[in-house]
Amino acid sequence: MNITKTLDAKGLACPMPIVRTKKTIEMINSGEVLEVLATDKGALNDFKAWAGSAGHTILDQKEEDGVLKFYIQKA
Amino acid sequence: MTVSKWTAADVARYVIEDKKLFILDVRNKDAFEDWKIDGHQFEYLNIPYFDLLDGVEEILPQIPADKELLVVCAKEGSSIMVADMLSEAGRDAAYLVGGMKSWSMYLEPVKVGDLKNGGELYQFVRLGKGCLSYMAISGGEAAIIDAIRFADIFVDFAKEKGVEIKHVFDTHLHADHISGGRHIAAQTGATYYLPPKDAEEVVFEYTALEDGLTVNLGDSKIEVGALYSPGHTIGSTSFVIDSSYLLTGDILFIDSIGRPDLAGLAEDWVSDLRVTLYKRYRELADDLIVLPAHFMIIDELNENGSVAKRLGDLFAENHGLNITDEEEFRKTVTENLPPQPNAYQQIRQVNMGKITPDNDEQTEMEIGPNRCAVR
Repeated sequence: MNITKTLDAKGLACPMPIVRTKKTIEMINSGEVLEVLATDKGALNDFKAWAGSAGHTILDQKEEDGVLKFYIQKA
Repeated sequence: MTVSKWTAADVARYVIEDKKLFILDVRNKDAFEDWKIDGHQFEYLNIPYFDLLDGVEEILPQIPADKELLVVCAKEGSSIMVADMLSEAGRDAAYLVGGMKSWSMYLEPVKVGDLKNGGELYQFVRLGKGCLSYMAISGGEAAIIDAIRFADIFVDFAKEKGVEIKHVFDTHLHADHISGGRHIAAQTGATYYLPPKDAEEVVFEYTALEDGLTVNLGDSKIEVGALYSPGHTIGSTSFVIDSSYLLTGDILFIDSIGRPDLAGLAEDWVSDLRVTLYKRYRELADDLIVLPAHFMIIDELNENGSVAKRLGDLFAENHGLNITDEEEFRKTVTENLPPQPNAYQQIRQVNMGKITPDNDEQTEMEIGPNRCAVR
């Protein structure tokens, strides 16, 4: 997977991970992939719902050492 | 315009006093549909916060100007953000401090009644989760039944009342909330009782709660008596307090009956449930006031916020007590059951003492409605 940009949202509480992600994804092109690192557990449901609502695709997500990693392809 | 803070206790007053409120719930649609703050006179709008990042103008027409407005989210962060945006757009708004997490944790103590020889019986209503706990006090002593996990609330309440907690009971091994019972006992030196048939796998010391066991409070002869009533679990035990109150645990609710499947043994326990509801309870006095360990919907709340009803009325009105055909009864409680409570298997492990998650993890496990009943 080609990652165009990485956003470090670790330690941020809701709503900031989504707020930052929304801003950051505006800086990449359609079809490119944004990697987001977050530690807020609420992000699990929120990213899924937000991406669905905004039309983006979550290509993959995983958890490593308590860090949630999302790979979001811009619509 | 101003943004104000509401605590879960403030919201609880609005629920109990049947006041009007407009709730803008900014959680995901799934979360809102699964579980929300229930009030008879509450109106709702659910728009996830991430759909409002570009502004709230579009939803302003959907929010009535003549009602108080409370913004609610999972923890509180996004509701603060949205309340601020509403305020900038010219609307007064409040947000719920601690979000649904704090709503899930809040307990409202309601006095159910006086006991005959002096003394009082309190019900602790956990509005957000539908859990009901009890404290009977008399002659300077207290007995607690089905305490939820916030041990301090019960310990502090007893201190306020100037009584010593002597007995702490769980009617059964709970699957839908984490018990505070053994922690209260550890803090206060009280005896912790659990039905042995539910306690086969527990890894801590307890005293056996067995059929016919009676404790007296103080020297006032207030009796707290155990009545074996299996069906929700194999050990489920009810209590008769002061010959006036029947605490049914998760066996009989106001508008529903217990489900027998949460330990994976529905087929095995369904006949126990039938015998308890249709034989053992039938032998009791109709005038007993039924006090269950849960409620499902706020229609079950009485005017003072308590959840209680005469046993005789339940025999007449509760659907689960009026299924004459045994086969139909079996089907009702084993088929088409509602989804199981959140993390119920883990919660059972916590209540057995097998796992000890931290406080935040416990909160996560308990999120969502309780689902221990069949209607």
